[in-house]
This record gives sequence, structure tokens and C-alpha cells, in this order.
Amino acid sequence: MKVGCWLPAGFARGARSTDGYSCCAPAALFGVREREKALSRLSPTLPASGRGKGALMTSAVEFQAVSRRFGELQALDDISFTIAPGEFFGLLGPNGAGKTTLISVLGGLVRPNSGRAFVMGHDVTTDYLNSRRQLGVVPQEVVFDPFLTVRETLRFQAGYFGLYRVDDWIDEILHHLGLSDKADKNMRTLSGGMKRRVLIGQALVHKPPVIVLDEPTAGVDVELRHALWTFISRLNKEGHTILLTTHYLREAETLCDRIAMLKSGRVVALDHKHRLLSPFEMIVARLTAARVPDAWQTRVRRMEGQSFLIELNHFEELETLLAALRADNIPIEDLQVEQTDLEQVFLRLTGSDQESPAANSGGSSS
Amino acid sequence: MNERMDFAAVKTGEKKSWQKPWHMLFYKEVLRFWRVGFQTVAAPVVTALLYLLIFSHVLESRVSVFDGRVSYTAFLVPGLVMMSVLQNAFANTSSSLIQSKVVGNMIFLLLAPITPWGFFLAYVLAGVLRGMVVGLGVWLAALYFAPELWRPAALGWVIVFGFLGGAILAMLGVIAGLWSEKFDQLATFQNFIILPLTFLSGVFYSVHSLPGFWFKVSHLNPFFYIIDGFRYGFFGLSDVSPWLNLAIVGAVCAGLTWGTWALVARGWKLRN
Repeated sequence: MKVGCWLPAGFARGARSTDGYSCCAPAALFGVREREKALSRLSPTLPASGRGKGALMTSAVEFQAVSRRFGELQALDDISFTIAPGEFFGLLGPNGAGKTTLISVLGGLVRPNSGRAFVMGHDVTTDYLNSRRQLGVVPQEVVFDPFLTVRETLRFQAGYFGLYRVDDWIDEILHHLGLSDKADKNMRTLSGGMKRRVLIGQALVHKPPVIVLDEPTAGVDVELRHALWTFISRLNKEGHTILLTTHYLREAETLCDRIAMLKSGRVVALDHKHRLLSPFEMIVARLTAARVPDAWQTRVRRMEGQSFLIELNHFEELETLLAALRADNIPIEDLQVEQTDLEQVFLRLTGSDQESPAANSGGSSS
Repeated sequence: MNERMDFAAVKTGEKKSWQKPWHMLFYKEVLRFWRVGFQTVAAPVVTALLYLLIFSHVLESRVSVFDGRVSYTAFLVPGLVMMSVLQNAFANTSSSLIQSKVVGNMIFLLLAPITPWGFFLAYVLAGVLRGMVVGLGVWLAALYFAPELWRPAALGWVIVFGFLGGAILAMLGVIAGLWSEKFDQLATFQNFIILPLTFLSGVFYSVHSLPGFWFKVSHLNPFFYIIDGFRYGFFGLSDVSPWLNLAIVGAVCAGLTWGTWALVARGWKLRN
């Protein structure tokens, strides 16, 4: 059987991957036409009118005012947003923010006290058989059945979805996950990284259009993490909707189209990552010197140790700053230039009870 | 094949099968006990034979049952067979569920499109099957001691009570497995409820040999009717009418079916 060769080095035939994010093309970089073609191929259950360009019909995932309380803890508080088919969506938040509870609602593991959730238009409570067929979940914990081999694990998982005699497909999954030589090994004998790959295979074995990954790279080494992201990016390129929760903000920033930030069960921000960053976007020059040129005094935000934090409107202003330093004959001990990233946005939004402008604009855009 | 993973193939339904999701769960549950057959099938058979050897040796000449029409050893065999069915049906469902919950792999079932009836049937039927396989093993091995049991008086009653008894205990195993969050909770259920009810149900004696009070108490134990009806299938003799046995066992089975299904459908202790 001829199999694909696109898989990252970390997955294929045990070769070592040395590349980083450069090999993981973010979903946003893939061509729209290519993705739409993949969507129409992947989602034959969707109404034909919904496929194609522009606005995509049925949401892949939809939450409508979902709330859930555990005793005194309000785990989810009136959560509403939608995820379009083919989107790579990030769900961020500190521990206990409600991320896992929210995706558990999708899988039917947690029932909301109020509100509704849908997967590909199927209500997860009243039409749970169809909603579960559309959903593949990679759980956070590495769990497995110690009685089974890798192949049996996938075969049984396919059977739980009513798919029998799909060994060709299982072989393909095993190949793409670099597990072909482990197919007949008992799950207990696999390393942690290998078991995590099997978890991904289990989520894919019934060919769901929507894939949820709950912190899939937690505790995973750098090589496997990069390989996983390349694999998931590829799945997204092929038309799968990806819902990702992660603590690695850099990864969410690189991979996701839109991002929701949760805090104490509430969505505090939800927008395209670029718009999420823009209200906070700034360039800061961290200058370590004896003093700052007089003309730049008003641009100093604050001091950190011996360093001045100077706001720049754009990178070109750095030249002006350097010229001013030369003109005033001020020697530079150190100079670093920093740009706002998602982590800073995340810390601002989740570190304060007050909602930010981004939160407000994000909320309305959902 | 092109470079892509062919996600479209299954969606088009080309591999559709008459088999349902719960069939695979049933198969896995059977495979689970079959792969460790020495522990799950052979060991209970040996245990039952040891009971038979010891009790029959000690009591054969001292106990008279059914007015002497049946030897004590022969009387003991159906009781031990049914006790094996009951204990193993319970053990199969309860241990499988608690293991899946503790290990965490229950999540794969909960995320799958398996109906509550499918979940219920897969676990209960696998439990019944294990119970009946072990029971069959005990019966065949016990023929060495009581060859007259080769031809039961009414095989239909044997099969019906074997199935119903196994189903009742398999359902109790499901309830215990769902309720327990730790292995010692399961052991409590097993040692303080199942074991006394089994041992005090007339496995080793006829309830007619008990004093009046305990004779009446025995009739409150539903396991007594399972074993008495099962024994009727072997000898055509029983402590109470076989139809009364059937009515009570059938009612208990029906009630537990409804109750267990309701718990599974609610996702009791499975879904939050």
C-alpha cells in the first residue's frame, strides 16, 4: 500500500525531527480554496448549500448559553460561541477555568444545567448518537486498555462507532502516526509518547469532522510536540475542525485561527488572534543606559531595574531612538525589542476581574 | 492512494455493517475474561470442586435431602454450579466497570454512540456468558462425583434459571461497578451483600432442614428461588413450586433490568 509522505520526520519511521514551528504551517496560511474543497469532501452530511465559499452553513461546534455548576463552583457561566467548519480554534485559560468541562459537554461527559451544545448541527443531548459520530476527542490523560494491543485498541474503538472490518484504514492511521511497527504490541509496553499517538488514532478512527484535543502536548517532549502539531495542522488542512485547549500559548498563537479565553467559567475574550492582540499591540524597547535622550522622556513607560521601557509606534522608530542616543552621546549597555504576544494578552485578561476592550469586542464577535 | 489520509471512505458508508456498536463492546467484554481464562474460568471451577469434595466427604452420610430420594453429593452439585454462575456473572461486570473507571478508559465508551440499552446488554450478556461457561465447567467436572446428573430431569428449567440467575447477578455487578469508586467499595458490596445472600440461599442445604425462623428468613432471599428453581431442573424436586420460583426470579430480573437500565441511561456515576 502506498502511503503518504507528508508526515513530519518525528512521526515517520522513527526519524528525528529537528525543525520547529517552521514546519508547522499555521492553518491560516493554507489556501482557502484548498480547505473548502477538503471540507466538502469530509463533510458529506452537511447541507450542500452550506459548502463552498464564504459563510459556512452549519456550525461545526456551537454553544448556546451553556452553564454548569458543581456545588458552589460555577464551572461554566453562560458560554455562547460558535466554531465554523474547518476552523482551528483555541481554547485557553488557567487551571480550573472550565476548558475541560466545556469540551466534556460536547462529548456528553458533562451535562449542562442550562443551555445547549451542538456538533455539526446535532444537539449533544437530544441527538447524542449523531453528535458523537461527528466528534473525535483526544483526552488530556493518557488512558488505555491494558488488555489490548495497539491494533485491537483501534479496532475496538472503530467498532464502538459501528465500523467493522476497517483494517485498511487502521493500517493507514498506524502508518501516519508512526505506529506500524507497534501495531501488535500490548499498550502497556508503549512509551508515554507512543500511547499519546494511539489516543490520537482512536479519535480519528471513525473519521470525525470535528476533533477536540484537550491539552494533547502536556508533558510531551519537544520533538513529539512539534510532530503532533504538524500532524494536527495537516488534519485541519484536510478539512477537519480542530478545537484545541492548551497551556502553550505560543502554540495557540501559531496554530489557531480564533481563540477564546476562559476565566472562572466565563469567556473573557474571543476573537481572531490578530484582533485579540491588536488592542494590546505595542513594541517596547528595553534600553539599558545611563539616561534617555530628552526628546524620548515622554515615551518612557517605566523603569525595570536599570532598564528603561520605551514605547515605539513601529519598528522604524528604533532608528530614530538610536540616532538620538548617538546624538546625545549616550552609550548603550543593552537594547532589546519586544512585541506583545498572546501570553501578555492572556495574562492581562485572566489576571484581572475587569473585562478588557478585547473581551468586549471579542464577545460581540462570536 | 494519494498523499492524504482518506477520511471520506467511511463517511460514504461503504463499510456499513449490520453489527452495532454494542456488539463490539460485548465482544471485548467476552475477550477480556477469555484471555485470562485460568483466572476467570478454570480457577472458579477448581474452587467449586474443592467445596464439593470437602462438603460431600463430610456430610454425605449425615444429611438427608428430599426425603432421601437424592444423595447429598448430587444435591450439592446444582447448588455449586449455580453459585459459580452467580459469583462469576457478578465478578465479570463489576470488575470490568471498576477497572475501566479506575484506569480511565471508560471515557472511550462514553464518547462513543452506544445507546444505554447497548451498554446494558453488552455488559450483562458478557457476564451471563462467563457465569454459564464457569457453571458448565463445574457441572461437567462434578459428573465424576455424581454421574447421575448427566441427564437433568428438565433441561429447560436448568437453562432458564441459569440465564436468569446469571442476568440478575450480572446486573447487580453493573450496579456495584457503577456505584464503586474504589476496589474496596466493590469488595464491600461483594462480601457483605452478594456472598451472604449466596451462601444462605440453600446452596449447601435444603431450607427444610432449618429451624422455623430461619426457614422463613430464607424465603426472603431472592437467591434461594434461583437455586431452588435451578435444582428443580436437575431433580424434578424443589423446596417450593418451580412456578413460584420462576415468578419471583422473573420479577426480580425484570425489576433489576428496569433499574439498571435507568441508572445506565442516567449516566449514574459515569457522566456528570
